[in-house]
Amino acid sequence: MSQLEIKNLNVSIGEKPILNDFSLTVPKGEVHAIMGPNGTGKSTLGKALAGHPDYTVSSGEALLDGLSLLDLEPDEISRAGLFMAFQYPNEIPGVSIANFIRAAVQARLDEGENLVATEYYKDLYHQMDLLKIDRKFTSRSVNEGFSGGEKKRCEILQMAMLKPSYAILDETDSGLDIDALKIVSDGVNKLRGENLGILLITHYQRLLEYIVPDKVHVMWDGRIVKSGDKDLALELESNGYDWIKELAPANA
Amino acid sequence: MPTRKNEEWRFANINSFTLDGYDFVLPEKAIGSQELAEKSDVISNPSGQIIFADNKPILQDVDNDLKTKGVIWEPLSEALKHHSDILKDYFMAQNLHLGSEKFAALHSAFISDGYLLYVPKGLVIDRPFIANHWAVSDKAAIFPHTLVIAEESSTVTLIDTFNAKLPTQENFICAFSHFLAGANATINHRAFQNWGTKTLGIHINAATTGKDATVNSLGVNLGCQHLRSEHQSLLQGDGSHIEMLSLCVANNDQELDQRTLQSHRAAHTTSNLLYKNALMDKSKTIFSGLIKVAEEAQQTDAYQTNRNLLLSTTAEANALPGLEIKADDVKCSHGATTGQIDEDQLFYMLARGIDPHKARELLVFGFFEEIISKIGDNELADYIRELIQTKFQHM
Repeated sequence: MSQLEIKNLNVSIGEKPILNDFSLTVPKGEVHAIMGPNGTGKSTLGKALAGHPDYTVSSGEALLDGLSLLDLEPDEISRAGLFMAFQYPNEIPGVSIANFIRAAVQARLDEGENLVATEYYKDLYHQMDLLKIDRKFTSRSVNEGFSGGEKKRCEILQMAMLKPSYAILDETDSGLDIDALKIVSDGVNKLRGENLGILLITHYQRLLEYIVPDKVHVMWDGRIVKSGDKDLALELESNGYDWIKELAPANA
Repeated sequence: MPTRKNEEWRFANINSFTLDGYDFVLPEKAIGSQELAEKSDVISNPSGQIIFADNKPILQDVDNDLKTKGVIWEPLSEALKHHSDILKDYFMAQNLHLGSEKFAALHSAFISDGYLLYVPKGLVIDRPFIANHWAVSDKAAIFPHTLVIAEESSTVTLIDTFNAKLPTQENFICAFSHFLAGANATINHRAFQNWGTKTLGIHINAATTGKDATVNSLGVNLGCQHLRSEHQSLLQGDGSHIEMLSLCVANNDQELDQRTLQSHRAAHTTSNLLYKNALMDKSKTIFSGLIKVAEEAQQTDAYQTNRNLLLSTTAEANALPGLEIKADDVKCSHGATTGQIDEDQLFYMLARGIDPHKARELLVFGFFEEIISKIGDNELADYIRELIQTKFQHM
């Protein structure tokens, strides 16, 4: 039961179907990567699981350790233990990183229980140091004026602070130079362990050199068309995405 | 009573302006209360404090050193005995231009107390003065009065808090605040209005600047059923500067009617106005602001911005920005925007497990941070955040 299980999920934006009978299981403790060309529904998967209101789930199941996510509101999904690292995190002017994460941590406590500020800051600074984020960032507005790398590091910082049981990392490598990629990957690798299942959504094989996945899935036209071990990513890299088109069953 | 046909009262819901049922004559006996004193503990080490309960001073305190240096910090009832010469020249001496002339007459007729803050030439005072105005009796009509005179090259900060003993209290408030900044003087004024939720409030502010003087004001408006807030700034002296900041959280069927005037009457004067309103439920705000530049006020630099954040589909924000410019070498800009919560920002917060109510609260704080961060006083900034948070907790 300790797994993120997606069964025959059909998702559309407006009238347009994006995910077609999508199925995938990520056991807790494993890292799975989903690769695929643009427009194949990779980001839709993350946003639909996170409960984004623009995405309509018409059928299927999404179970987090047996708990159906599709019946939950976005904030409930997050508190249930699913973390989504966004490809394009929003800027929130006037709300500091420290207050933002604090509200999110507080939201996980029982009613009437209050966060101990000193412990919170100790934890926050510790995680920031690991991700090489300047402590001055605590008072900066969420993502406002951040470089691409800073935004991605800040997503991983939130993941580290919120301690989810499953995380979806959507194109966490995009827009990163090699140094930033190493820092972000180190951050993810430190969080990796038996209590966390990770789904990496990526366009390129490059990220998988730093975060080595247990399994690689190839996505095409809204579903997984091929699964394998980490070598599949290399195969994909050398053959290109045209190769998988041939793998995809014809969609009448 | 005013009518809506009058431009200065356009959009206002005048029907709620009835003065029937309020007690204009209050018992002589002052309501002393330890409880009120404790609740008035807003900042540490003020230079002076006066607490009013239903307009009667129940506690007053001033730094003796400042007193020896010539600072006057007294209830009007005492100032009248000791400093009638000052009051004669300055009490209600500023002409009003925003529509509340009749309420000024009412105020003059019924005022029973208030206070005078006089800062002598050259004195720079670090710690703020604070006056806490409490409405204690339900149905009481209250006439708070603030008169601040800062002589040449002096600097002073003043806080007014306006509170009701019970949050749902019904009062009629007619408050006047006058600020006179002499040459090169600086007055910083912070007003926190949190009257009872059934209260009809009239708050009139008038500031006049001498040469190179500065008046910075910040208003935080949370209370009242219906508030009429007027704020006029007359830039009389060359090179003087006025800053007018305001933030408001309105909910239920609150109505906040804000009228402002930035009147540039001398050369090289600057003014900067930023009014931000967050509206919930069926609340309504009116912002009507005028920048007026006289012919002789060359090289004026004037800004006026009103931003409204609608948190419900039934809230209503009216914005009437205006310019009247007679000089030809000026920089003026005005703008008003009304928008809703950014859905993407909201989703981002929800996706971190923050519940929708708390997420909206954080976004409102974010909206106000632009103003709160300008105060430059962490203790006061925290106090403002706490006030807003308390209001959210009771929604």
